[in-house]
Amino acid sequence: MRRKGLLAAGIALALVTSGCGAVDPADGTDSVANGGVGKVHNPSDTKGGTLRMANSGDWYSLDPGDTYYGYSWDFVRFYGRALVMFDTQPGEAGTKLVPDLAETLGVPSDGAKTWTYKLKAGVKFEDGTPVTSKDVKYAVERSLDKKTFPSGPTYFGDVLDTQGYTSPYQDSDPEKLGLKAIETPDERTVVFKLKVPFSAFDYLAMQPATIPVPRAKDTGTKYKEHPVSTGPYKFETNELGKRFTLVRNDNWSAANDPHRKALPDRIEVSLNVSADDIDARLLSGDLDIDVANTGVQAATQGKVLADPAQKKYTDSAALPRLWYTHLSTSVAPFDNIHCRKAVLLAADHDSYLRAYGGDAGGEIATSIMPPQVPGAPKNDPYSFKAKKNGDVEAAKKELAECGKPGGFETNMSYRTERPKEKALAEAMQQSLGKVGIKLTLKGYPQGDYFKLYAGKPDFVKQEGLGLLAGGWQADWVDGFGFLQQIVDSRVIRATGGNNNLGVALPKVDALLDQALLETDTAKRNDLWGQIDRTVMDEALILPGVWAKVLLYRPAHLKNIYVNEGLGGYYDFVQIGVK
Amino acid sequence: MRRLVAAVLMLVVVSMVTFAIFFLVPRLAGATPEDLASRYAGRTADQQQIRELTEKLGFYDPLYVQYGRFAKGLVLGADYSTGPTTEHCPAPCFGYSFITHNPVWPDLVDRMQVTLSLALGAAVIWLVGGVAVGVLSALRRGTVFDRVAMATALAGVSLPIFFTGLLSLSVFSYTLHWFPPGGSFTPFTENPATWAYDLTLPWITLAFLYAAGYARLTRAGMLETMNEDFIRTARAKGLPERTVVVTHGLRATMTPVLTLFGLDLGLLLGGAVLTESTYSLPGIGKYAIDAVTNNDLPKVLGVTMLGACFIIVANLIVDVLYAVTDPRVRLG
Repeated sequence: MRRKGLLAAGIALALVTSGCGAVDPADGTDSVANGGVGKVHNPSDTKGGTLRMANSGDWYSLDPGDTYYGYSWDFVRFYGRALVMFDTQPGEAGTKLVPDLAETLGVPSDGAKTWTYKLKAGVKFEDGTPVTSKDVKYAVERSLDKKTFPSGPTYFGDVLDTQGYTSPYQDSDPEKLGLKAIETPDERTVVFKLKVPFSAFDYLAMQPATIPVPRAKDTGTKYKEHPVSTGPYKFETNELGKRFTLVRNDNWSAANDPHRKALPDRIEVSLNVSADDIDARLLSGDLDIDVANTGVQAATQGKVLADPAQKKYTDSAALPRLWYTHLSTSVAPFDNIHCRKAVLLAADHDSYLRAYGGDAGGEIATSIMPPQVPGAPKNDPYSFKAKKNGDVEAAKKELAECGKPGGFETNMSYRTERPKEKALAEAMQQSLGKVGIKLTLKGYPQGDYFKLYAGKPDFVKQEGLGLLAGGWQADWVDGFGFLQQIVDSRVIRATGGNNNLGVALPKVDALLDQALLETDTAKRNDLWGQIDRTVMDEALILPGVWAKVLLYRPAHLKNIYVNEGLGGYYDFVQIGVK
Repeated sequence: MRRLVAAVLMLVVVSMVTFAIFFLVPRLAGATPEDLASRYAGRTADQQQIRELTEKLGFYDPLYVQYGRFAKGLVLGADYSTGPTTEHCPAPCFGYSFITHNPVWPDLVDRMQVTLSLALGAAVIWLVGGVAVGVLSALRRGTVFDRVAMATALAGVSLPIFFTGLLSLSVFSYTLHWFPPGGSFTPFTENPATWAYDLTLPWITLAFLYAAGYARLTRAGMLETMNEDFIRTARAKGLPERTVVVTHGLRATMTPVLTLFGLDLGLLLGGAVLTESTYSLPGIGKYAIDAVTNNDLPKVLGVTMLGACFIIVANLIVDVLYAVTDPRVRLG
C-alpha cells in the first residue's frame, strides 16, 4: 500500500515538474476535448515526418495469422490488406465495412454458406510480386494451424467446411493448397465454403487472417519477424521485444487503396516502455501515440482532466466493452428468475460506475451491447438510469416472489489484482445488503480467472459462486462479435476457459442461428437486439458499465479521430504528423 | 572443486523448485494439463485446439519427463518446429517462449548486455562515490560536509527508484532535454559515447540509491577503525596521514563493504527490475517481470537460473577478495 502511495506521489510530482502547458499547438490550431470523437481532428493531407508510437507491453506477434489484440488489428493495416476493412471514417460511418483487397464486399450464395470475393487488380507484395487469390487462401490455411499459431482467433476453423484439414504444413498437396473449403477458380477470385450459414462472414473477411501471405516467404512462427507487406508500409527493422520501424512500401499504390492516407514517411514503435513513461512522453510531445489504447494512467487522468490546458488534448473514446456481473443459474437460489431480478433491481448502478472510474470510465449500461454496436437496444427495461442507486421496493417484491422475502446468502467472485473489480464487488455487497442479500466476496487470481475459476462451471457450482464479476470486449463491433462468445450456450466448455459464464437459453441459441441466416443487415441487427433483450428479460446478466477510455493526442498530430468500428482506437493509418 | 559442484547442485535445485512452482502447485490445486495450456491459447480456442496445444507443449507427460526434457535441452540442445521447418536450438537451450515462440537463450544474451551495462556502470559510481563520501565524512565528523552528506545519504536510501527515476526523466529528459527519453540504449560496441550518454540517468539514479548505503557503511566502519590501536601505532611510527587512512584505515573497513558489494552486484546482474522498468530498458529484470506476468515458464526458468548463477559467482568472487583485503583470511 505504502509502495503504491509512493508511486502515485512520484508520478504526480513527475508530471507537475514536466510543466503544465508544455505542449504547444505546433500550428496554432484549436484543440478541444473530444475533438477526435465523431469527427476528424486537424484534417490534413500533408505527407512526411515520423510517427512515433510506444507499447507498454511486448507485441506478441506481428504475424497477421496469429494476432488477436485490438491494437494489432488496427496497426496491421499499415502493412497488410485484408479482403475487407472497417471504413476509415469517424463516428458511426466507421462501423461500416468497405472492401479493401477485394473489389466489393462478399457476395453470398447457397443461403449464406458460400461467399465469393474478387480481388482488386494491381495489388502487389512489397517485392513487386502480384497478389493472387492463392496467397489469400494460403494465408487463411496457415491461420487454421493452432499448434503453430495458437494465439489467433479461431473463427475460420469454426465456420469453414474444413473436412479435417489442419495445416498447410501437413498438406500433401504440392502447392500446399489442399483445403477444399476455399476455392480459387482464377487468379483473382476466392470462394469460401462454409459448413453452416454465416450471414456476417464479411466480419471474418475483415480479420487479419485474410491478409495475403506468399508461401515462398512463409517461415511459420518466424514470419512475424518480417511479414511481407501489401500495405503502404513495410518493415525496415524488427528487434523482437524492443522496437521496430516501418518505411514506405514502393509497391503499394494509392490508386487501388482509397481508404488509407498513409501520411507519415516512417513509423517507429518502441515496445515494453513503462506506462508512466509513455504518459510523460505523450504530454511532453516526445511521443505521438500509445499503441495499446488502454488510455492514460489514473494519475495522469486526474491531472489532465483538471487542467483545461491539457484536457483539450483528450478524447473520451467508447469501447465495445461491458463490465458486468453474471448470475449463475447453477447456484441456488439463482435458478429462480425472481431472485435474479431482485439482484438487478437492488444493485446500485451509480456505485458500479464509480468503481470503474465514474464518468471518465464509462456510463451506466442498460443493455448488454453498448450503443455503438448496430442493433443495440435503446430501452432501459429495469430503469437503471432512472433509479441509479437501485430500486429497493421492486427488489423486495421480487424476493418475495422468489420465496426469499428476507433475502439469502451467496458468494461473488472477482479478480484480486483488479482494484476496480474489487471496489465493484464491495459496492454490490453494500447495495444488495439493503434488501437482505448477504454477499461473501471471493477474490481469485486474474491470470486464471476464466480458465480455472469463474469460467469453469464445476468450480462455480462447487464454490457456490452466485455472482461472477467480469468484463467482455467484442472482437469486432457487431452483434455477432459482441454476443456470440458470451450468450451462445454451445460455446460453454466443461473444462473451463469460458467467456460465456453460463447463459444457456434455447431461445437465444435459436435467435443466433436465425441471425446467421439473415443476409439483410438491418434485419440481422434487429435480431441481435432481440437476443440482448431476451438475456436481459431472463436477468442472467447485470450490465454494469459501458466502458470508455481517456486517450491523449499530442497537439501536433493531424487527421486524427477515434474509429468506432475498430473498437475505440485512433485510426492509425490516417494519422499525420505534418 | 567442491564449491563448483555445490554451485551446480544449487542450480539444479533452483530449476527444480521453479519447475514445481509452475507445474506441481497448479496440479495440486486441481488444474488439468489442458487448463495450463489454455493460458497460451487464443480466447476462442475450442477443446480440440487446446488438446493439440497441450500435446505440443508436452503438458500431458509426467512432470519428471518434462523436467528431463528441459535438462536435456540445456546440455544437448533441442529441436523445435516452426511450422514449415524444424529448427535446432543449440545448448544451452532454455526452450522456446510459450507465448512469443522465440528461443529464450538468445533473448537472455541480448538483454544481458543492457543489465551488465547498467549494473557495472552504476556499481563503479556508487562504490567510488559512496566510499569516498563515507571516508571524508568520517574524517570530518560533525562538520557541515558530514551532515549534508549523511542527510543526502538518508534521502538516497529512502527514495525509491520509481520516484527518483520518473522525476529525473521528467526534468532532464522531457523538460530540459539534456538526456534521451526512457528506453534509450545503444550497445557499447556500437558507440561507446552514446552508450554512456544514454545510460547516464539510469546510472546516477541507481547509484544514488546504493551509494547512500555505502557511504553510511564506510563512514561507520572508518569511525570505528580510526580509533583502533593499530591506527594510533601507525601514526606514532610517523607514517603520512594519507597512508594511515588509505592503507590501514580504509583497507580494514573494506571487508564488509566488499561483501555487500558482491551480493548487491550479483543481485543486480540478475535484473535491476525497478530501474529497468522505470527507464523502460530492455534488460533481464524487465524480461523477468514480463515472463512472470505472462506465466511464460521457459523464460522464467531462464531468468531464474541466470540470476542464481550471478549470485553464486558473486559470492565466490567476494570470498576471493576477502583474502586480498584482510590478511587474516587465506584461500585454501
